[in-house]
Amino acid sequence: MNKEEVFSKLNEVFKDVFDDETISVNDNTTADDIEMWDSFEHINLISAIERKFDIKFNMKEIVGLHNVGEMANLILSKLA
Amino acid sequence: MNEYIKQLEYPIDANLLLTKKNKIKKFLQENYPAKIKKNIAVLGGSTTHDIVKILELFLLYNGIQADFYECEYNQYYEDIMYNNEALKAFKPDIIWLHTTYRNIENLPEITDTKETVAQKLEAEYNKYFSMWKKCFEDYKCTIIQNNFEQPFYRIMGNKDVSDYHGALNFISGLNMKFYDFAQNNVNFYINDINYIASTYGLKEWHDLSAWYLYKYCCKTDAVPYLSYSVSRIIKSIYGKNKKGFVLDLDNTLWGGIVGDDGVENLELGTETASAQAYTEFQSYLKKLSALGVILNINSKNDEKNAIAGLNHPDSILKPKDFISIKANWNPKSQNMEEIAQELSLGADSLVFVDDNPAEREIVRTQVKNACVPDVEQVEQYIKEIDKYGYFEVTALSKDDLAKNDMYKANIERVKLQQTFSNYDDYLISLNMEAVIKPFEAIYMQRIAQLTNKSNQFNLTTKRYSQSEIEQIAQDKNYITLYGKLSDKFGDNGVVSVIIGKIIKDELHIELWLMSCRVLKRDMEFSMMDELISQAKKLHISKIFGYYYPTAKNAMVKDFYKIQGYTKIKEDDTGNSVWEYKIPQNYKNKNKVIKVN
Repeated sequence: MNKEEVFSKLNEVFKDVFDDETISVNDNTTADDIEMWDSFEHINLISAIERKFDIKFNMKEIVGLHNVGEMANLILSKLA
Repeated sequence: MNEYIKQLEYPIDANLLLTKKNKIKKFLQENYPAKIKKNIAVLGGSTTHDIVKILELFLLYNGIQADFYECEYNQYYEDIMYNNEALKAFKPDIIWLHTTYRNIENLPEITDTKETVAQKLEAEYNKYFSMWKKCFEDYKCTIIQNNFEQPFYRIMGNKDVSDYHGALNFISGLNMKFYDFAQNNVNFYINDINYIASTYGLKEWHDLSAWYLYKYCCKTDAVPYLSYSVSRIIKSIYGKNKKGFVLDLDNTLWGGIVGDDGVENLELGTETASAQAYTEFQSYLKKLSALGVILNINSKNDEKNAIAGLNHPDSILKPKDFISIKANWNPKSQNMEEIAQELSLGADSLVFVDDNPAEREIVRTQVKNACVPDVEQVEQYIKEIDKYGYFEVTALSKDDLAKNDMYKANIERVKLQQTFSNYDDYLISLNMEAVIKPFEAIYMQRIAQLTNKSNQFNLTTKRYSQSEIEQIAQDKNYITLYGKLSDKFGDNGVVSVIIGKIIKDELHIELWLMSCRVLKRDMEFSMMDELISQAKKLHISKIFGYYYPTAKNAMVKDFYKIQGYTKIKEDDTGNSVWEYKIPQNYKNKNKVIKVN
């Protein structure tokens, strides 16, 4: 899976979790850019991503994420 | 099954449920119109956010629309003890104290003496005890309190459970104190997270990253099971439990087909593995029936074969354990509707159990909102059914325990009625006796239960909690009456309730309901006679009755007219107000029931 494919799948997850068809995420997207993305929805987002890509994040990985780009890279490294 | 409803059935997929919660909520609001509204305060010692979101869905599924108050993280104690204005303004009907072992402040230390540990236990308990007391005083609400689950490690290993230094030992001691309180107080219910965590699997339940990252007491996937458990308690409090079973026979209550294999070859008893499984399932049903859950048969069989099967010497359930037995060749959906009618119940309050997927599908598609668990293998029947909590017990009233006898007596009455050509003669032959009196302490529970359960013969469909009922009973501005009816076939228990508010010389009837099990027995006339006699004593000259139409109470649309009231107002939605001037020489309307 390349980064583009990861982003396209990530986009589906975001649309689903935030119930918003207009969302389009990129490398620099952060929680500030999506209104509903608060600490509570963050939990659901992480679980949904884990399920979509069939991977598991550990605690330190989750804490270390700062934007969607870093998330995509982390996913790619897990899939490699 | 609808894809959204499927999300609310086992096995529950937490992530999917949370992701689709908005769509599911919308679907439920459209298809399961809420009949009651409640305010629920969730006061957590850990994160409650998603727990509440999912609880909301389960409650909607049960016809309860809830508004929620959530305390700030871990502020449950402060919110209760230090007069939180927001919580006061919220006026909770229910406070759920969602605390876990993480909230225990003083677990024993290895160096503690026995006395120190005993003091710690007392102090810990007192913290909760004072919160409960304060909740009852300030809010007169219902309390749901978590017990404590087991931690994920044991410092001393096996000894942790038996030695007073052990956390496990301490927790079970604390839990026992909670249970004592629960047994001695009404409007107080334990949410058994100890059981939920155990059945989920302690190792899985304690997801430590969920705790460190988000302060969730359990793995996020386990959240729905927690919410489900609380929803079971709430729907039971408000009378939304299922009422009984409609059961298939062949390969459901016994192994084999009685018509083909013959009674002697049915699998029942202890001889084979399947025989044991069918027998244990029967004994499970028998135990539920002792709690007042009613059992009925819906089987494709000749009736004589069905009865012969139930008379098998190893059959735990006998024909007399069933209220309605439909053994015929009609579609099962039709039988199901007929059984519901005979019992004056909604078909959606009966649980249909059949091993045959085709029969389940017919009932599921033909009977509106039918409850049809997927049972496939006999060794799974109990597990498949039990986990749903259809019959969650929150109050064990004497009435519930006697319910089966009452339904049976009703069928006897119908038989007797057929022998009289004049209906009044039949009523007189019943030798009915009623007790009609102001609310009394021993009946508060049953009265509250009735106000939440009765839908058909209910003029205003106003719901009350037990604590509200208790308050009204003491209030001089109210006339309250309960009616108990018995006859030669048995005691029906408390079947009718009236609450009227006194304003100067007027009485405004806020609630008038009667259980459908005593329809057409002239009980409503006896109630009116007694109400008028009480009103006269208080120098009331006028009575106002109110009728608010719902989907289910059309049968009492003309109730006040029949009672001789005059309609003085009616709005577009059919809400009407009725007036009655009490005449000097009021003549009792009831002629067939002996009262008090």
